[in-house]
Amino acid sequence: MTTNEIISPENLVYTKTKVLNDTPMHYCPGCSHGVVHKLIAEIIEEMDFQDKTIGIAPVGCAVFAYKYLDIDWQQAAHGRAPALATAVKRLLPDRLVFTYQGDGDLAAIGTAETIHAANRGENIAIIFINNGIYGMTGGQMAPTTLLGMKSSTSPNGRTAPLNGNPLDITKLLAQLEGTCYVTRQSVHNVASVRKTKKAIRKAFENSMEGKGTSVVEVVSTCNSGWKLSPAASNDWMVENMFPAYPICDLKDL
Amino acid sequence: MAKIKGAVVVNIERCKGCNLCVVACPSNVLALNKEANSKGYNYSIMVDPDSCVGCAACAYVCPDACITVYKVRV
Amino acid sequence: MNDSKKQNIEEVRLMKGNEAIAHAAVRCGCDGYFGYPITPQSEIMETLMELEPWNTTGMVVLQAESETSSINMVYGGAGCGKRTMTSSSSPGVSLMQEGISYIACAELPCLIVNVMRGGPGLGTIQPSQADYYQSVKGGGHGDYKLITLAPASVQEMADHTVLAFDLAFKYCTPALILADGVIGQMMEKVVLPPFQPRLTEEEIREKYPWATLGKPSSRKPNIITSLSLEAEEMETINLRLQRKYREIEKNEVLFEEFSCEDAEYLVVAFGTTARVCQKAVEMARAEGIKAGLLRPITLFPFPTIAISNYADKVKGMLTVEMSAGQMIDDVKLVVNGRVPVQFYGRMGGIVPSPDEVLKALKEKVVK
Repeated sequence: MTTNEIISPENLVYTKTKVLNDTPMHYCPGCSHGVVHKLIAEIIEEMDFQDKTIGIAPVGCAVFAYKYLDIDWQQAAHGRAPALATAVKRLLPDRLVFTYQGDGDLAAIGTAETIHAANRGENIAIIFINNGIYGMTGGQMAPTTLLGMKSSTSPNGRTAPLNGNPLDITKLLAQLEGTCYVTRQSVHNVASVRKTKKAIRKAFENSMEGKGTSVVEVVSTCNSGWKLSPAASNDWMVENMFPAYPICDLKDL
Repeated sequence: MAKIKGAVVVNIERCKGCNLCVVACPSNVLALNKEANSKGYNYSIMVDPDSCVGCAACAYVCPDACITVYKVRV
Repeated sequence: MNDSKKQNIEEVRLMKGNEAIAHAAVRCGCDGYFGYPITPQSEIMETLMELEPWNTTGMVVLQAESETSSINMVYGGAGCGKRTMTSSSSPGVSLMQEGISYIACAELPCLIVNVMRGGPGLGTIQPSQADYYQSVKGGGHGDYKLITLAPASVQEMADHTVLAFDLAFKYCTPALILADGVIGQMMEKVVLPPFQPRLTEEEIREKYPWATLGKPSSRKPNIITSLSLEAEEMETINLRLQRKYREIEKNEVLFEEFSCEDAEYLVVAFGTTARVCQKAVEMARAEGIKAGLLRPITLFPFPTIAISNYADKVKGMLTVEMSAGQMIDDVKLVVNGRVPVQFYGRMGGIVPSPDEVLKALKEKVVK
């Protein structure tokens, strides 16, 4: 059987979900954002929730998330996505409301909004992309930048006395009464992509069941910011990010 | 014994040539093309289509959702 | 008599200005209040929490963790086409400016209440009008305006709540009630507005097709954003905003005149200060000085035409404010040198007395 004969609708095993539209994503080649966008779109399609979902986009690389997923979106001020999501979900309790935030948005400028939304147990899902660097503005230090890790504002590597310690905000969020599900995943290989998809689906289902706030951290790469190839970034992430941000469920009620 | 044969179709214009699918493929089916698409990216192509088993590993890890996978038992 | 008829009987009540805002909000179909306590306006959220409107109209009331969060909750709710509001006082409103700028650019309707206190900084909890610039000149970053209403009575606190929502939705822009600690705290008679039901989701979808309520297959996604990286696109948005502000200036000016028909001297004041000035004008008239008072009710849009007309009739003007003199700039711009425009004000939370105003009028304007 030739390749052309195999390429036929009845043999289809994987294709892009329609919830992810045809607009090319602006992300750098190999960026983890694309994989997570794709997973969210697939889950929304599988749950048949395209007409019931409101996404809250952050400020940062994912500011344009609204260009790629064909759902209703609001684009928040930097760090304020959980505040917007709080209001949207409270005013539209039967809708699926999620925020999509990077480490600067969620763990620096929006720390208060994140912690208080989670502490109130808002029935939202928070998707947290942690790549330890500020991508959009050109590779500055993030709250999650590792000690010793170089960035454009920690050019000789982050040190605790000068820059403070990396913030494991996901661990903090797991301590709060309002969170029902807090997990840390990645998307660097097939197995991790599948696990992350399950985690996001669970987070979405939790929020629809009114169980409280679900947080899915995706430890991610920023190959441009890290100045590595996409594949080398994955290896670097496994070697350096995972010890500081271990992949596991931190809370699952 | 039934044999599984697969095929992948890359959306050439959507592909950014990040190479993650090439690394993810367990059968070394894919490689980056020497020719570039209109944006200048060396897109992914099947260089060894006969080895493809349609596992979709390439598609799962693709950040730009540009890979469609087909599979058939022969 | 059924319940809704009972509710709509015009009943005179005695309450604080802050309480009137809370009652009016529930009655005018407000969907959500998000706020953070700060003196002298905390009674707004306290009253709402006492009223428990979530049990009656379904209105959401939430105490947020900060003013920053409050205004962004308002942003989220407004993006869903809901009638959402917040309230605060000067330092808290400063903290909200980022969110207000976003809401203005995203062209969303909402209500912000500022019950002003003395500043700058943490200042004082006493009344002030020193947030005039912040309110009518933009406040946050970028070229935008807020429809700004300046109530001078408890009745107007209630009425302006309804009016502000109506104007905000008419023009898809944030509206601000700019009151001060006196109006917020004092008790007066008030007739509350009649009950009107909150809009149903179907009504919102029909009236506000931009609302993010979830995307049916029949339409494209609704996107609420204030971002356009293309300069040409951003200029287009700015031009649209400016056209809207010109429309508002053309259509929505409100002001009140007192003893102005034959006035030789015009006092211009808003809010609490206008009440003081009304007394001062009465005292001046008793002394044979032909003084009149013009009270802007909308600070943006500013009553430029009315003031300009008086500039051709009167011998001089006095603006009186609880600030170092902010609105006077707008009066002077309108008058454009035709007659002298003088200023009298107190700062730091002090309300000027009618005697002081009369003295200033005589010394600075009448001479």
